[in-house]
Amino acid sequence: MNRTMIDLWVGIFVAAGIVALMVLALKVGNASTTFQTGDTYRIHAQFENIGGLKPRAPVKSAGVVVGRVDEIGFDSKSFRARVTLNIDRRYPFPRDTSVSILTSGLLGEQYVGLEAGGDDAMLKDGETVQLTQSAVVLEKLIGQFLYNKAAEGGSK
Amino acid sequence: MQETSSWGRPVPERIAGPLRGIGRQVIDGLWRLGYATRFFALTLLRSAMSFRRFRLTMRELYFAGVLSLIIIVVSGLFVGMVLGLQGYETLQKYGASDAVGTLVALSLTRELGPVVAALLFASRAGSAMTAEIGLMKATEQISAMEMMAVDPIARVVGPRFWGGVISMPLLAAIFSAVGVFGGYLITVVVIGVDEGAFWSQMQNSVDLRQDIANGVIKSVVFGVAVTAIALFEGYDAPPTAEGVSGATTRTVVTSSLAILGLDFVLTAFMFTGV
Repeated sequence: MNRTMIDLWVGIFVAAGIVALMVLALKVGNASTTFQTGDTYRIHAQFENIGGLKPRAPVKSAGVVVGRVDEIGFDSKSFRARVTLNIDRRYPFPRDTSVSILTSGLLGEQYVGLEAGGDDAMLKDGETVQLTQSAVVLEKLIGQFLYNKAAEGGSK
Repeated sequence: MQETSSWGRPVPERIAGPLRGIGRQVIDGLWRLGYATRFFALTLLRSAMSFRRFRLTMRELYFAGVLSLIIIVVSGLFVGMVLGLQGYETLQKYGASDAVGTLVALSLTRELGPVVAALLFASRAGSAMTAEIGLMKATEQISAMEMMAVDPIARVVGPRFWGGVISMPLLAAIFSAVGVFGGYLITVVVIGVDEGAFWSQMQNSVDLRQDIANGVIKSVVFGVAVTAIALFEGYDAPPTAEGVSGATTRTVVTSSLAILGLDFVLTAFMFTGV
């Protein structure tokens, strides 16, 4: 095996390795959809209950991903969950936008849904959204349903 | 020889014998560990030559990396196909067969890619390195180099070390990529899972930093471990046919165990608390 052949094969090998890494990053991973921190703005929202929402969960409006959940904390003054959202700068939202925590499918992952209002003023970086709707907790729903059924049975 | 304990009475041989055996093994083990550490440090210190004369490292990249390509590609393809089949069979029971892409991609990038590629690398390239250096020692080529004032660690060990360390992450990445392709082949092309759902679910749950970068870090660590073990075993092998064969066996066993142990430690640090 002479020099040029070794060089050629090592070149092919290294190129194949780099291509494999690129494929993993772009096709398998989320490098193509990750937002850069430079072109996003942050808004805050407080919820009674966030259910199983996790950081990095998608923020969707009309089903389109417009941002990601940045961090989740607990506000010890209002005893509510404080969620920070990173929204893409390309998508400004009016100030009376309502924020709700939704579930994709019956048992799917939870995401944040934005529904735009009719205000002319747009949300600015660091602003807090007032209209929020908490996650639906399945256990509570079932409990309520059973309670209603029992009450119905009792009144008959 | 009859030892006497500190309080003056002789220690009976049936107690002292086994204890002496344990002590000898521990001392020998520590000696070897210290020798291996010094050998590893020397390899790092004298690796300037591997980069100044990169031709030497290039040759080792060929032997360790290029010649391992075929086994890596074939195993990756089959591991991916099996993951696809098994994952589909199980997920389909819960009506979640679209998530098979996520399953294949996450298991490959996080665990199977780095670990299986490193195990294959240890048995394909690591054993060859040990045997080569052990034979060089047995045929006194190493001593001849020392005679000619050529540093064998810089000339023989260094290039092999860097060749192995560079090729390992590339091989693991190729393994994972080919594996994902294998999973795609079975689930989308053969079984007929929706192609869009396969890729989009995968992209939604595989994170560049959390999953892919951590997999690459793992494979670099495994590359260092496997190559260092293989080179040390070769350099330390008794210069006989028996010694070289024993060293080759030890390389494969020790580096496989090291890979699995390190993998557990790395996983515990990387993928918990998120």
